[in-house]
Amino acid sequence: MPFALLSYGLTKRHKSFEDIPKTPELKRSYDVVIIGGGGHGLATAYYLSNVHGVKSIAVLEKGYLAGGNTARNTTTIRSNYLTQPSIRFYKEGVELYQSMSRDLGFNVMFSQRGQLTLAHSEATMRSFHLRAEMGKHMGTRIEVVDAKTVQELSPHLNMDFGGQHEILGGLWHADGGTARHDAVAWGYAKRAAEKGVEIHQRTAVTAIRTAKGRVTEIVTDRGTIQAGQVVQAAGGLNGQIAELAGLRLPIRCFPLQAMVTQPLKPFLDTLVSSANLHTYLVQSSRGEIVIGGGSDPYQLASTRSTFDQKEHLAHGALHLFPFLHNVRLLRQWAGITDMTPDYSPIMGATELANYWVDAGWGTWGFKATPVSGKYMAECVATGRVPDVLAPFALDRFDRFALLNEMGATAASH
Amino acid sequence: MKRLTCPVNGIRDIAEFQYLGPFRSTSPEDAAALTEHLFYAPNPIGPMIEWWRHRPTNTVFLAERHTATDHVLRTWLPGTAEPQEGKTQNG
Repeated sequence: MPFALLSYGLTKRHKSFEDIPKTPELKRSYDVVIIGGGGHGLATAYYLSNVHGVKSIAVLEKGYLAGGNTARNTTTIRSNYLTQPSIRFYKEGVELYQSMSRDLGFNVMFSQRGQLTLAHSEATMRSFHLRAEMGKHMGTRIEVVDAKTVQELSPHLNMDFGGQHEILGGLWHADGGTARHDAVAWGYAKRAAEKGVEIHQRTAVTAIRTAKGRVTEIVTDRGTIQAGQVVQAAGGLNGQIAELAGLRLPIRCFPLQAMVTQPLKPFLDTLVSSANLHTYLVQSSRGEIVIGGGSDPYQLASTRSTFDQKEHLAHGALHLFPFLHNVRLLRQWAGITDMTPDYSPIMGATELANYWVDAGWGTWGFKATPVSGKYMAECVATGRVPDVLAPFALDRFDRFALLNEMGATAASH
Repeated sequence: MKRLTCPVNGIRDIAEFQYLGPFRSTSPEDAAALTEHLFYAPNPIGPMIEWWRHRPTNTVFLAERHTATDHVLRTWLPGTAEPQEGKTQNG
């Protein structure tokens, strides 16, 4: 291998290759059209093309590949949820991340280093016990730990003994991890494109025509196409895209803001999260400290950051790790999250026979990229909603069969 | 710092206000209307009418705000005919 690498390096004639082909001309019709070229849409395209053998697929992306919430999330991968259907679903998501680099032949830099959620009150400790027992029952690695163990897991933490935010203990989720968000999207896109999936960047859907309970045509700014089956995975624009198809989704949009510091030497080898301080931190493989989790306090469809939220995040981060006070911020951003009333996603069928939704991913979508892609592809390929997705159905709101995960959706709420 | 015009107290720092969500009507007797009220709140990209509260004085009022630009177009007390001109400022 080293010799092969050396001789490759010394060769003059390198064959150039492209991971993602250039956007082709739009055809008149496709078997499957996926609206949204983010992680979820691309994963769906990957499973449809590589597992179910669907040949004619187009992914329509309004902007550039994975430039929406796939690029703006804070890459937390975990399964420490509260309800049985959620844990079952997200657990499989974590497992798919474990083998993703190998499965795709594409390094997604998955790092399973564990997530530590901090409790600053007895009430939080009680809720942690519930989550831990649910997780153990479902076979995930999760336990409630005391303050001493928290210190051992993350020795740099300010324990604030006797203070307002004293750390009483934590929820240690050894399955938790992080991965490189762009690589996840590109890996799926590359392997899907190899099987003939067309990825149309800078192609906005402007209208969806329906007749007799089916979608007949999709109008884009580059032409009109016919589609056998349609999957919607449009991130922050899910509400608007669904409206084009005449559907209403129970979604409200709030921006979620995050930021990263300049790169530092590795010191933080767990993901640390505090619900009280509405802050979570993770050190990326490049050494940057990713500081996340501030949702704007009112509905907004803007990706503009606000000083208030950045100040708030900095306050939380400095409280947990005071020695970060001289560290500079490198980048900051906001993404539009499509929040559902119960903090669970909406996946599966709609009242239109050939239209499937993968929406309401709010602040918790990245971790589910592989597993939602897998099962959304199964929906399209078989025409049936798999059992694992049934609890996430759109009509659960009309049945008052909510799947409340508000307490388990990280630190932003 | 962003500011909002309270119809009673004038221009105040937005930190003094609480967001109470989009304005929408409902009927507790009608199950469909209740479901609509609870789960299907308006989520436009554009002007939206919503409830706000000035916390220190417990003044609940209505505002029309553009959800893409975040500009408040007007604020007024419920039941008053004349909406008061309002605006947000950064400074």
